Amino acid sequence: MMDKKDIVCISCPIGCNLHIEFKGDEVIVTGNRCKRGENYAVNEIKNPLRVVTSNIRVKNGKYPLASVKTDGAISKNNIFDLIEALKCLSIEAPVRIGDVVIENFKDSGINIVVTREVDEEM
Amino acid sequence: MNIIKTDALVIGGGAAGMAAAVEIVERGYKTILIERDNNTGGVLNQCIHNGFGLHVFKTELTGPEYANLFQKQMNEKGVEIHSNVFVLNIDNENKSVITVTSKGMCEYRTKVLIMCTGARERPFGNLRIPGDRPAGIYTAGVAQKFVNLMNILPGNKAFVLGSGDIGLIMARRLTLEGMEVKGVAELMPFPGGLARNIVQCLDDFDIPLHLSTSVVNVKGKKRLESITLCEFDKETREPLKNSIRDVEVDTLILSVGLIPQNELIEELVDIDCVNRGAVVDNYGRTSKEWIFAAGNNVAVYDLVDFVTLEGKNAGQSAAEYISKGNLPEKYREVLRGENVGVITPVRVCTEGAPFTFFIRPKKSMDKARVIICDGLKVVTKIAVKPAEMIDITISSELLKEIRKRGIEKIKIDIEEVK
Repeated sequence: MMDKKDIVCISCPIGCNLHIEFKGDEVIVTGNRCKRGENYAVNEIKNPLRVVTSNIRVKNGKYPLASVKTDGAISKNNIFDLIEALKCLSIEAPVRIGDVVIENFKDSGINIVVTREVDEEM
Repeated sequence: MNIIKTDALVIGGGAAGMAAAVEIVERGYKTILIERDNNTGGVLNQCIHNGFGLHVFKTELTGPEYANLFQKQMNEKGVEIHSNVFVLNIDNENKSVITVTSKGMCEYRTKVLIMCTGARERPFGNLRIPGDRPAGIYTAGVAQKFVNLMNILPGNKAFVLGSGDIGLIMARRLTLEGMEVKGVAELMPFPGGLARNIVQCLDDFDIPLHLSTSVVNVKGKKRLESITLCEFDKETREPLKNSIRDVEVDTLILSVGLIPQNELIEELVDIDCVNRGAVVDNYGRTSKEWIFAAGNNVAVYDLVDFVTLEGKNAGQSAAEYISKGNLPEKYREVLRGENVGVITPVRVCTEGAPFTFFIRPKKSMDKARVIICDGLKVVTKIAVKPAEMIDITISSELLKEIRKRGIEKIKIDIEEVK
């Protein structure tokens, strides 16, 4: 069992170099400039989380795709499952920003929402 | 020829142009925005990843969401959007812009012109890489448009040349869409993009990053078949011959820099040879009093937030110019001192409002001091690097002090703190 780890925080563009030390069950994080860095480090050890963005097919839309995002971070291990799930879906135009395309993805409490307005094809 | 009269004409509907147009129309002037594509938003439309808006909206948005906030404002406030309009020429004497539209030629007569034409990606031809010229070589932005807007996958196995943020983001995007991304090469000994993008775009997907490495040959009859990689010595930059190896790919993605787009005004206004964009002052005004410029056509910015702020500033100034008929004329030149690369603005009118300098340092420093006018203002910054611009706000008090002391040239240095 390792007792030290250095990682880069991805919470914002600054990218702090985080130093993690393990003392028993306790995780001690240094090098972070804000609270988000500490949360990120703890998650990175227990269950790494990522916000994922991709696209979904749109039927009868002005464009063939609408972009989507997770409305919070999901487990890194589930990224490809999400991409596969999106490949099997399509939605009908018009679509609006915030429309939910997948609700409560894999019981994570996270929804997949549309990030691009696509009007119907005239 | 059809003639349209307006108070303000904005060329380009990307982040800078949308922000400028909103500012002018809000002040009660007729504002027309012309765009050569069929939709406003510019490159934001295809940047579906998140991370935009931390400075301007204090939240993380995706590109289409960021664009939508401005598109809504333009609609609500009454900016006239003319899309599918292509500019042929700008006539300085008559203050007019000649365009081609779907209905034929059209002349726009305006009191002010705001140039927001953005930047173009450096193309493959510009790199002078020897070898064949097959299909399968795309700039990152073109590949991004294929994947995110047109639903087309550019190939099966890809390699990315250049480690700028767009290249890293495309490496992840293509992987998620089912392509095998064999690696990213960067000629410099350090990555061009942000550390967070190395982690979440490459490390998360086990995509190798080859530093001090470049593509030295491309092979393929019709379609790209393979590329040749070569490592370079970090100090001497000499090629290390025993490192030469071929990688079989059918797609090469280029993320090798952006070039400000100024063809329309480069013969009319002064161009800064370091920024490669129009010379502007803190009003966003070029060397022609009725022409303003903002965004990546002035200098290539890191963040869309900075482009929005510059667009807003140019829009406010343009509105002030319409209302008063002039703006203060006297300006002071900005002098690049130690370690200062790209910087905006390059002229400062001390009668103007407070503003922000955006400065790209020439090298990485753990801790640095930014020194304005030999010590009139000193700002200490940590973890300074060429990939990230430094923003320094200049207050009215400091402008007053510069006037009072009669300082003629505004010198800016970045000094390493050991």
